Amino acid sequence: MEKTRRERVDRGLKARTEGIYAVSSFEEIIYLVGPRLVLIAGILLLPLILEIAPYWKRVVNIMCVYAILALAFDFLANYVGLVCLGGALFVGVGGYLAAIFNVYLSCPFYLSIPLASVCGAALCTVLILPCLPLRGVYFAIVTLMYPILFSRIIEALNILGGTNGISGIDSFPGEYIEEYAIIVAMLAALFSMRRLVSQDVGLVLRGVKDNDQSIRASGINVTAMKSLAVFIAALMGCFGGAYIAHLYMWAGLSLFALDFSIIPIAAVVMGGGGTLIGAVIGCFILVPLSEFLRFFGAFRIVIYCVILTAFIVLKSEGLMVYLQRKYHQFERVVKV
Amino acid sequence: MEIVVYGVINSLVLALMSLGFALVYSISRLPNFAHGALYVAAGYMVWLLLHGAGLPYGVSIVLGIIATSLVGALIYRFIIMRIRGMEISEIIGTYAIGLAIIEGLRWGGLRGMTYTLPVFIPGSTDALGATVDYQRLVIVGAGLLTFILLFLFTKLTRIGLALRGIAQDERAAMMLGIDSDRTALISLALGSGLAGFAAVLLLPLGNIVVEQGYNVLIFAVAVCIVGGLGSWSGTIIASFIIGFAQILTETFISTHFVMVVALIAIIVTLLIRPSGIFGKQKQLEERV
Amino acid sequence: MSETVILSIRGVSKSFGGLKALVDLSFDVRQGEIYGIIGPNGSGKTTLINCVTGFVRPDSGRVFFRDKEITRLPAHKIARLGVTRTFQIMRPYYTLPAYKNLIVPLWSPRAKRHGGWRGGGKHGDRDTVAIDILEEIGFERDSRVPYKLAATLPTGYQKRLELARCMALRPDVVFCDEVFSGLSMSEIAGMIPLIEKLKMDGVTLIMVEHRLRELFRVADTVMALNFGEKIAEGDYTEVIEDKQVKEAYLGKEGV
Repeated sequence: MEKTRRERVDRGLKARTEGIYAVSSFEEIIYLVGPRLVLIAGILLLPLILEIAPYWKRVVNIMCVYAILALAFDFLANYVGLVCLGGALFVGVGGYLAAIFNVYLSCPFYLSIPLASVCGAALCTVLILPCLPLRGVYFAIVTLMYPILFSRIIEALNILGGTNGISGIDSFPGEYIEEYAIIVAMLAALFSMRRLVSQDVGLVLRGVKDNDQSIRASGINVTAMKSLAVFIAALMGCFGGAYIAHLYMWAGLSLFALDFSIIPIAAVVMGGGGTLIGAVIGCFILVPLSEFLRFFGAFRIVIYCVILTAFIVLKSEGLMVYLQRKYHQFERVVKV
Repeated sequence: MEIVVYGVINSLVLALMSLGFALVYSISRLPNFAHGALYVAAGYMVWLLLHGAGLPYGVSIVLGIIATSLVGALIYRFIIMRIRGMEISEIIGTYAIGLAIIEGLRWGGLRGMTYTLPVFIPGSTDALGATVDYQRLVIVGAGLLTFILLFLFTKLTRIGLALRGIAQDERAAMMLGIDSDRTALISLALGSGLAGFAAVLLLPLGNIVVEQGYNVLIFAVAVCIVGGLGSWSGTIIASFIIGFAQILTETFISTHFVMVVALIAIIVTLLIRPSGIFGKQKQLEERV
Repeated sequence: MSETVILSIRGVSKSFGGLKALVDLSFDVRQGEIYGIIGPNGSGKTTLINCVTGFVRPDSGRVFFRDKEITRLPAHKIARLGVTRTFQIMRPYYTLPAYKNLIVPLWSPRAKRHGGWRGGGKHGDRDTVAIDILEEIGFERDSRVPYKLAATLPTGYQKRLELARCMALRPDVVFCDEVFSGLSMSEIAGMIPLIEKLKMDGVTLIMVEHRLRELFRVADTVMALNFGEKIAEGDYTEVIEDKQVKEAYLGKEGV
């Protein structure tokens, strides 16, 4: 009997697009640029398409916020080696700061959001700083702790509005600003992160993850690099929090909710850790899913966790890697 | 004087909460973020056996602890064992499991009524000038007894020695024929059992509330960091430090700040002496 | 090779629990020389490198670089001052081409200051410089070797890559942790001219080695360690005749 095996081969189209000749035909250009265009155009058009179902427009906004959080988690976990179990910290800090800037200090939204992002990022970095010189597990512990503690403290001491939160935050002046601000922000985050990790600095950060002794031996301060990475991630997270505060015109304890911590993790694991786009795709699947699961209350978190664990235990490479493979390669059966 | 008595009690409460987590980490280097979840799950299981199945209290307790150990072992066998060695996956994995259990209980179990477990011996007494109920005395006694027994266990029995060997150097222990996976399984089962044991002792003091899952985890982690991940004496001493700090805060400042004490303890430790009081993990150094 | 002392170790001791890795060790290294450190396994050689370059904190003792104390400085600061080291177990970026492995040291502040090239941030600058460095270190420029994935390089080239990582920082002192280990005779023969070239460029090399014959071809001074203590120091001919050194390597019966 003939023995056969499966073999994966790059598509001809992929091989042809690898050099300078990539621009020699429309087909090749579309092959290279296509997915990106579809993604960008698709997202940009989404609010217009959803005019017929306005409720879902808000879901798209939330989806983009989660996508930014997931990008931050993917960056920290898979490019720098820091597992952040408490993304809600950034959201909460950003949201409350935006509320403070807007309500108590009367800053308009186009000031309060950037200010909240930057100040929030600085504050979060300082809070996390003590555990940065240490092993990764301490970072996980500390980030896990903070959102829970902060929400307890706010509730117990009844500061910052206590359980009622801070209301009266300005909303966005126009619907389209509200929608497109976050979409543009998300696309900007996605493409700038991709740029960042492919730069030389990205290589250094990857070294921090894999072989930090060698980085130290090259004269680079590893703790400073980690702080930089945390600051960048916190910037994204706080921006998301500030946006949400203005979106709902309210900042409350729910900003520290578990959802903001667990959905980014599940999205990244599902979409493929380390691919950055996978994080976005994971969110595009999980957030609408969470809308359907809203009826179940706390159970939806159980579902996220189960999905998450399944993907981890089965050592799945993630959706994105799978899709990339399908796009670039094809399988065939070959005689041995 | 009251402060001393309550301080001791609180310290042992914290120590009991932290034991399970400390054990698992010191033996298999696994941060068991599902520790708090197992604590609450144990309480709930005992409640079910007691009120749902109508079993006698003593039987419910024993079965509950055994069941919790089993759950821990199962978690290891079917989930953690497959992702052993990948630090990121281990952390995310135990966290997700813990979260799933806690939130699952919030949704499907503990809602509506108040769930309580009866105290062992009702009533209270006077101890050195402070009013202490018998349950708390039992806790103190049980806590001290547990620590002594565990200490002897790890120092004297063969399994105990094997566990210590793995804790010191996993590869060397493996070369000597100690099965790393089996010991990790045992350690997780033990750790979960200890979480159940703590739950059974401590939950009668109040209601079974899902939030306790998070609280217990945070306290356990705080104690272990302050005491040094991987050190028994450190865990006890840290429990006393944080325990007394909490009682002092509660007495002189306000009850609300009790959680903050744990946070401050962790931050201060990380800033001043990251490896903890007696920590054997010199994370910054001897790694090259 | 001048007579000025560039690196001075005074009374350094280090214990790990009950194990005394280094016991009151003192020696001087002169600028521009090749200083060899030999000793049986477990004599504390790698611990010595770790203590001097800041990866491990010594329990007592002091280290001076150009008369400035560097004893408790963190590793990255010591590397920035110009005291670098190689690692015995190399872990390059396996999935990246060889020259990309040099981007990290080229990115460090020291390379920006001393390298004679500007940090810039543009890909082009660092990549070109990396290829230049590789050529200095012995990778044939026009061949495919600098572009090969680091995982596919033979050991000799990997060792050179590790040295290149140090060279990218334009160091004053390089601690070579067993660079000859795992190499074949021909590969070592290829490394020796490289070592001599480094010496000619004014770099002080401190080489911890097991391959004694090869080490003795290049070393100016040799120190022997045993159980963390210095048992001999001087020209290699004296050291190999020293009775304690022979006992350390061969045991009392072997001598």
